[in-house]
Amino acid sequence: MTLMQKFLGATAGLALSAGAALAEPGLIIDLGGKFDKSFNESAYNGAQNWVETTGGEYMETELASEAQREQTMRRMAERGANPIVVLGFANASTLEKIAPDYPDVSFAIIDMVVDQPNVQSIVFSEHEGSYLVGVLAAMASKTGAVSFVGGMDVPLIRKFACGYAQGAKAANPEIKVIQNMTGTTPSAWNDPVKGGELTKAQISQGSDVVYAAAGGTGVGVLQTAKDEGILSIGVDSNQNYLHPGSVLTSMTKRVDNAVQTVFTAGADGFTPGITVMSLENDGVGYAMDEHNEELITEDMIAAVEDAKAKILSGEITVHDYTSDDSCPVQ
Amino acid sequence: MDLNTLIQILDSTIRLATPLLLACLAGLFSERAGVFDIGLEAKMLVAAFFSAAVAALTGSVWLGLLAGIAASLIFALIHGIASITFRGDQLISGVALNFLASGMTVLIARDWFNQGGRTPALIDGGRFQPVELPFAEALQGVPVLGPVYNELLSGHTILTYVAFAMVPLTWYILFRTRFGLRLRAVGENPAAVDTAGVSVVRLRYSAVLIAGVLCGIAGAYLATGLAAGFVKDMTAGRGFIALAALIFAKWRPWYAMGACLLFGLLDAIGNRYQSIELLGIAVPGQFMQALPYILTVVILAGFVGKAIPPRAGGAAYVKER
Repeated sequence: MTLMQKFLGATAGLALSAGAALAEPGLIIDLGGKFDKSFNESAYNGAQNWVETTGGEYMETELASEAQREQTMRRMAERGANPIVVLGFANASTLEKIAPDYPDVSFAIIDMVVDQPNVQSIVFSEHEGSYLVGVLAAMASKTGAVSFVGGMDVPLIRKFACGYAQGAKAANPEIKVIQNMTGTTPSAWNDPVKGGELTKAQISQGSDVVYAAAGGTGVGVLQTAKDEGILSIGVDSNQNYLHPGSVLTSMTKRVDNAVQTVFTAGADGFTPGITVMSLENDGVGYAMDEHNEELITEDMIAAVEDAKAKILSGEITVHDYTSDDSCPVQ
Repeated sequence: MDLNTLIQILDSTIRLATPLLLACLAGLFSERAGVFDIGLEAKMLVAAFFSAAVAALTGSVWLGLLAGIAASLIFALIHGIASITFRGDQLISGVALNFLASGMTVLIARDWFNQGGRTPALIDGGRFQPVELPFAEALQGVPVLGPVYNELLSGHTILTYVAFAMVPLTWYILFRTRFGLRLRAVGENPAAVDTAGVSVVRLRYSAVLIAGVLCGIAGAYLATGLAAGFVKDMTAGRGFIALAALIFAKWRPWYAMGACLLFGLLDAIGNRYQSIELLGIAVPGQFMQALPYILTVVILAGFVGKAIPPRAGGAAYVKER
């Protein structure tokens, strides 16, 4: 028993000294996995950029299952990480519950709003970025039809779809926008076979540019687009390199910048409330690099830059699906 | 709906039905021999992973296929050892295998490829290419028959033809050979088979291993035929839909093909139309996704004929002493 007490005492001492030291930021990688070529990898890269610029250290864990969210968040907070960044809308309900238990720890959540005094909610204007790639898609299309493959049918993904449709219609009011969601369960994020079938179904309805916002399912969409000789649009990270010459562009969502900013601000510079990453602060955008420069003409660049300027000046307002759960264009 | 649309939907049906059919026939062999197998999903998943991984590493899709079948066979063997030799609960063994496959594939994928539980995208030699049936081009011009032959029947990967060829083969093996008779008997009344001096254990093992081979082909088809690489949990419940199809087909090979084609058709229609007007009511696409399960429940509840599973299914055979 005494031995046990000694151990406990030692652990408590360690915990105290750890708390006294300057807190390290923490990052919880979500279920897609650290090297998912998309959302999580982007966050990881942001953390790495922070390490390179500041030489600091941070704590990192990776979720293995849905059931671990609460435990992992608590563990991270108890180990003294501050601020803690969690990725993805699926964390919202857990964070809502946990945040009040650790009032001294700052949390940041990406892609969802959690209304707690010690939580910073970072949301992206995906509808604006999607609008821009919609403009590009409509201009690149020769058949007069473009399409969208979403992952799980949730409001966030409808936001992508709605922005895309608005952009496409703005560039060409006659264009047909075909939309499909892969499914209604989390398995919809990891079904490249179904993604490919949806793409083929869309191609047979005339689409020649497909935009995938579907996690692992998007891998199948981009692959099928390449096999069938049409164009595709990637999402989150720059995915142009996956199939050079077939991926028209990617709607980039700078999760890396968001993570780096939170880490740099640290616990002292922490700003609770909602932070919007939009076109204005380069939170979203379209990707240009050597893999797609031949696909995008100067006219297209002019049009998309024009649209971007108009959104920034407020001349164009892109409707956000999540604001009223409806989309003005189909 | 014009002919072209119809052909496209049916074409998609065939592609979607192929993995279901292979898994369904796998389940058919196993369950006809009295070994319930809810680990179809697991076997497909490991096969999908190892076929994609080996195809990515060697550049040869055939080596990939062999690796997929081998991995699936190992899982089948584990199921056999647990539920036949050690007389464990067949359902629990199946569930355990499902968990094992889901975790193991991602773990190995991360270790080997470091791409978040994926394999690299397979390039040309690492994938099954479509097979053009003879005269497909020449018959193109013939009305109705031409497009049906050229678009619908031709242009699938070799594994699709294997899957559909397995249906008559399965029927022949089960209903026209001595092995098949014994296999069915072992699922109905193993004691009688044992009394006749035939080894129950060996028959059940062979059934489980045949199921392993078929699931291996199904998994390889998913990863190297339809998709171009492995993504975690990419089977997305197809093993369970195959089980539903098996019940729907009342454990008979030709009906299994019908059930898988029907489920594939529902999926293809759901992919093509987000909502369908039926008698003035808009039916959402999600309903199409749920329909296979609803139909299975209806069948199980005995509304449309009765689905009677093999009588000795689910129970380990204990020799009388």
